[in-house]
Amino acid sequence: MSAWDRFTDAFFNVPIMLKYLPSIAQGFVLTVELAVLVVITGIAAGLGVAMLRSLGLRPLNWAIVFVVDLFRALPPLVIIVLIYFGLPSAGVSPSAFGATWASLALELMAFSEEIFWAGITAVPRGQWEAARSTGLSFGQTLRAVVLPQALRLTVPPLTNRTIAITKGTALGSVIGLAEILSQASSGESLSFNPSPLTLGAAAYLLLFLPVVALGRWIETKFAWKR
Amino acid sequence: MSEPPIIAAHGLHKQFGPLHVLKGVDLVVAERELVFLIGPSGSGKSTLLRCLNRLEEPSSGSVVVDGIDLLDRRTDINHVRTRIGMVFQSFNLYPHMTALANVTLALRKVAGKSRAEADTIGRAALDRVGLADRAHHTPLQLSGGQQQRVAIARAIALEPRVMLFDEPTSALDPELVGGVLAVMRELRASGMTMVVVSHEMGFARAAADRVLFMDQGVIVEQGTPEQVFTAPTEERTRAFIGQIQRH
Repeated sequence: MSAWDRFTDAFFNVPIMLKYLPSIAQGFVLTVELAVLVVITGIAAGLGVAMLRSLGLRPLNWAIVFVVDLFRALPPLVIIVLIYFGLPSAGVSPSAFGATWASLALELMAFSEEIFWAGITAVPRGQWEAARSTGLSFGQTLRAVVLPQALRLTVPPLTNRTIAITKGTALGSVIGLAEILSQASSGESLSFNPSPLTLGAAAYLLLFLPVVALGRWIETKFAWKR
Repeated sequence: MSEPPIIAAHGLHKQFGPLHVLKGVDLVVAERELVFLIGPSGSGKSTLLRCLNRLEEPSSGSVVVDGIDLLDRRTDINHVRTRIGMVFQSFNLYPHMTALANVTLALRKVAGKSRAEADTIGRAALDRVGLADRAHHTPLQLSGGQQQRVAIARAIALEPRVMLFDEPTSALDPELVGGVLAVMRELRASGMTMVVVSHEMGFARAAADRVLFMDQGVIVEQGTPEQVFTAPTEERTRAFIGQIQRH
């Protein structure tokens, strides 16, 4: 057996890949569900918190900054373990899916809030003043004038951060969540062959390459029309 | 007794922390009057203007516009502001919208017009400032002078009772100033009440009923353009007029 054959036998063993394809496909579906849920809830919460912050109520803003900094500083794996192994002592037993979702959604909320907030503060004061001088309320000004401009500025950092955090779904494997990585590594230990891991990597590419491409498309779509 | 003034501001003070920007200013403007505010930078003229639609909250004093007390907590400030148009030095058009959308936003959201109604009114306003053919351009596709004219259209579309101009031509290249002043002259001719912060003395001489000179938070002197520009009685006014005439 040549070195090349040994390499392909280890990483591209077709019979083994076919054997574990169904379980990795299951993991793929679960990962997609988790990722979509994290992106929607995390970004919605981040936008909501940034809008609350724009009200400029000082005690509320201190609380927001504290919570946001907390979840930006904590490693997501630590939050997952705290929720999954810690909460049962308090009488709540979250599922592995729930713990992973909560951890990643909180992290995405924290980072996206900061990105949205940076976007909102980057919109010139004159935009607020012009809109308010025509009689628009604070909320109408935020929705119709400020947020559309703020969101354009946030698209590139937001897509990057969203992709980075969503890849954290793989952390669920630590608490036995049957997502792609977990399925692939159990396939690897059962077959004594790393080919299921190759398949797992391919599944991640299948999942995230379109997301990266979508991010690029959104960025060009949101450029100013000159 | 003549008709009541359209703007009646009395005893206006404005403090930003330790900075005392307005020190007891009275400003009464009659219907159809064009009042010109001049003064060195930091004299408080822009702050005074911004108190007249409560973009700036006066520290004390009273502001009554068109019979409505602006500082009364029960006043719906958003409704009153539709009657007070404002034009800014830096235009402040919404860059993500077309000229027409800039003009129609408040018509739809505040005045409650349908999109079709708002578009009709918006096109008429753009036509009045000579930009009917630019309705679907975005601000970045327009020159500074055109942007300022769209900003004027945005304000007049709401049919305000008063227009406030905060240095409307200061950010423009010299060759673009004329178009904006022409629109302001047309507004003036149509009987619009206007309060203008500006150093366009030629425009003031031609169109203003009254010129007010402000310095250090108070109105130092006022009178007809002729009086204030050619025969000022106060030393500070003389010095200021001398300075701007030399340029």
